[in-house]
Amino acid sequence: MNRGEKGFGILVTFCIMFLFWLILSGFFDAFHLIAGVVCSAIVTLICHGLLVKGKSQKMFLKSVRLFLYIPWQLWQIVLANLDVAYRVLHPKMPIDPRVIECETSLRGDFALTTLANCITLTPGTITIFVEPGKGKFWVHALAKEPADAHLVDKTMQRKVADVFMEW
Amino acid sequence: MLLVDVIVTILLTSGMFFMCIGAIGLLRFPDFYTRLHATGKCDTLGEGLIIVSLIIYHLFHYPGTPLMAVKLLFLIIFIFIANPTAIHAIVKAAYRRGLKPWRLGERRR
Repeated sequence: MNRGEKGFGILVTFCIMFLFWLILSGFFDAFHLIAGVVCSAIVTLICHGLLVKGKSQKMFLKSVRLFLYIPWQLWQIVLANLDVAYRVLHPKMPIDPRVIECETSLRGDFALTTLANCITLTPGTITIFVEPGKGKFWVHALAKEPADAHLVDKTMQRKVADVFMEW
Repeated sequence: MLLVDVIVTILLTSGMFFMCIGAIGLLRFPDFYTRLHATGKCDTLGEGLIIVSLIIYHLFHYPGTPLMAVKLLFLIIFIFIANPTAIHAIVKAAYRRGLKPWRLGERRR
C-alpha cells in the first residue's frame, strides 16, 4: 500500500464515519458537529485499514454491481424462508441433511465473505468452512435440492463472481 | 391513511409468522445444524419485515422526523450482515469441535 492509497483510504473512512455520525445524531449545531469530527477522527486513526483496503481497483464499479445484485439476493432470502417454513410445518419434516464441498473461482476476501453470507441466507444451506486459498466452501445443506443448487447449478456463485469480476 | 395501515399490518403479521416458524423449527428439527437453519434464516427475514413495517408506519404518521426511519434502515442493513456471519461463526465452532451432522434415519438429539 503506497502513500496515496493510504491517504485515500483514510479520507473515505473519515467521510463515511462522519456521515454516519450526522445521521445518527440528527443535531446540526456547533457542539455536535465538532464532537462528530473528533470521534470520526479517532475511529479513522484506529481502523482505517479495515474499511478501505489499498488495492481498490474498480471499487466504484464493483459497488454499483453489488447494489444491483442485492434485489435478487433479497428475493432469494424470501424463497429461503418459504422453503424452511414448508419443511418446518410439514408433518413428516422432509429433510435429509448433508455436508457438501464446492469449488469456486473467487479469491478476494470481500467476495468470499459476500458469497459465504449469501449461501447462509439462501434456501437450506449454511456455510461451515471457507478455504480462502482455493476458494473452497464446505456447506451444510438441509436437503438434496438445495445442495444440488450449489453443486450443479451454481447460479449464485456465477452471480457473485460477476459482481466482483473474479471469474 | 387506511391503506398504509393495512400494508403495515400485513408486513408485521408476516414478520411475526416467520419468527414463529423459526421458533417451531428450533423445537422440531433434529440436531444443532438443522436448528440453526430454522432460526438463522427466519429471524433475519422476520426482523427485516417487522422493521420495514415500522419504517412505513413512522414515515406516514410522523413525517417530521425522517431520520428515525434512516436509523431503522441501518438496523436492517446491520442485521442482514451480522446474522449470517454469527450463524457461520457458531456452525464453524461446532464443526471444529467435531459435532457430527445428523443424517436421515438417526435418532434426534
